[in-house]
Amino acid sequence: MTQTDTLTPDFPRISPVGIAGLLVSFADSLSEPANRAALAFRAAIEADTLDGIEEVSTSLTSTFLRFDPLHLDHASLTAHVKNLLKAQDWTRAALPEGRRHFRIPCVFGTDLAPQFDEAAKAAGLSAQAAIDSLTAARPRVLTIGFAPGQPYTGQLPKEWDIPRQTALTPRVPEGALVVAIRQLIIFSAPTQTGWRHIGQTAFRCFRPESDEPFALRPGDEISLWAIDAEALENIRTTDKSGQGGAEIEVIR
Amino acid sequence: MNRALIIHRAGPQVTVQDKGRAGLLGQGLSQGGAADPVALAEGAALLRQPADYAALEMAGMGGSFEVAMETRIALTGAPMQASIDGQALAWNASHLLPAGARLEIGAAMRGNYGYLHLGGGIATKPVLGARATHLAAGIGQALRQGDCLPLDDDPRTEVGMTLDPEPRFTGGTVRITRSMQTQLFAPDMLERFQTTTFARDARGNRMGARLEFDGDPFAASGQLSILSEVIVPGDIQMTGDGTPFVLLPECQTTGGYPRIGTVIPADLPRVVQAGQGVTLRFEVIDLSDAVEAQRRFVAALDKLPATIRPLLRDPTQMQDLLSYQLISGVISGHEAEEQGN
Repeated sequence: MTQTDTLTPDFPRISPVGIAGLLVSFADSLSEPANRAALAFRAAIEADTLDGIEEVSTSLTSTFLRFDPLHLDHASLTAHVKNLLKAQDWTRAALPEGRRHFRIPCVFGTDLAPQFDEAAKAAGLSAQAAIDSLTAARPRVLTIGFAPGQPYTGQLPKEWDIPRQTALTPRVPEGALVVAIRQLIIFSAPTQTGWRHIGQTAFRCFRPESDEPFALRPGDEISLWAIDAEALENIRTTDKSGQGGAEIEVIR
Repeated sequence: MNRALIIHRAGPQVTVQDKGRAGLLGQGLSQGGAADPVALAEGAALLRQPADYAALEMAGMGGSFEVAMETRIALTGAPMQASIDGQALAWNASHLLPAGARLEIGAAMRGNYGYLHLGGGIATKPVLGARATHLAAGIGQALRQGDCLPLDDDPRTEVGMTLDPEPRFTGGTVRITRSMQTQLFAPDMLERFQTTTFARDARGNRMGARLEFDGDPFAASGQLSILSEVIVPGDIQMTGDGTPFVLLPECQTTGGYPRIGTVIPADLPRVVQAGQGVTLRFEVIDLSDAVEAQRRFVAALDKLPATIRPLLRDPTQMQDLLSYQLISGVISGHEAEEQGN
């Protein structure tokens, strides 16, 4: 990620979500500083001890607070959040501690990932150039969301700024690598989606039976290496950990 | 012999549900839990047990059940045809299910989700702090013939109680608040949304309900490039083809489709329980009014245990009971003592 635009004057922006949520947005398009700000602000709210806050989470460029509106009113919470926002430049905050790099084997294209050719074409790349570009990238987990443990990673080079499809693909399997808007996702469960299915991994983002049910955390980085269908099948039969053949190293 | 519920036959989506798992949004796991939380609270009130006990949720169709030891049961939510060894049972009521007897629960006559509550509660092993099956996340699965669920001990014996269900099976006006993306919809689009009559698509599930309507699609500006953003249950998401989906307890935690508004929790059961032939309209209300509605909703749920009363078991009244026009004007004789909250 190279984008370092400063935030526009409209941000941070505070808006209600339902009756029991407050969203603090740092940008309305993805940027590295806005993502960094969202993660740091979440940590600050978690360290804070305001009564009535029940949960804090992040999405790509925002921090979400869930609270009990019968015990903490919107006006008080908004004032509190505004004060906290002024405390520092959140876009320059440090990334979370203990980040890791996951190297994940992946089958690109074939009948396992039928939209690879279409996505490469939309990116203006040949099949080989698309694989080269995707395996050279080292996107960061920007947020976990949509489904349990599911990472949104980015950002890919500009040519991958391809829109989601208007129609949904009815079912893409667990471990699917999908692409849109300069981001990669590995699906944690079978789902319908507007993102294009370009690769298939055996990586399980969500392992409910494990002591560590959620494999990835915001701040972690992933990279992919190309394997064929036979190798993937081999991983599936030999690796029952859910790691899908991934190699993990701590980022220092 | 241990207390247990034996499933001899189950409809396509009978699941264990409680209040779900709050607090895991940041890990991508939505809260889940009973699609109709009011029904969960009503069942707990009828059996006078804690509101976080797990019960069976039956989507559209019940099943055939047996208990290993005599067990209190309560039936709430979408009314379904129910009987014990052929003898009809009143809905919205508690009963005694003898060991070895056969409890048969049929199709929903109104609404979508019916609930079978068991004295002592279902005692399956909690996963991530709750027993609720989360089908979308792959936690637990729909029950099938031959499954057997452990039950906890039940210190109480009272049965034959009933309550008047909170009205929520006939559709009607559903209140919504503005969401962080409401302003992406033009004012006249939001106005048209509030004057359009919707019907819940029968294919709805625990993740969301698609709404059918006559008229042009609803669209937001810049719809395809909106960042994925947090979702809460009740959010009304507009998909690419301009059809609204109301997101329910097993919804995804983030999504890139714009939200035109959010159904308030007090009215979400109306959407969940909108069955065939029932219509829904949406009305935008102010946040302060929505919080006030929440206050009343929570208070009404808290008061449920104080509203239960004996079910009159008069055979001449059975037809009325079967059509769910429960007897009115019954004096309980021993008004609920401890429900001071």
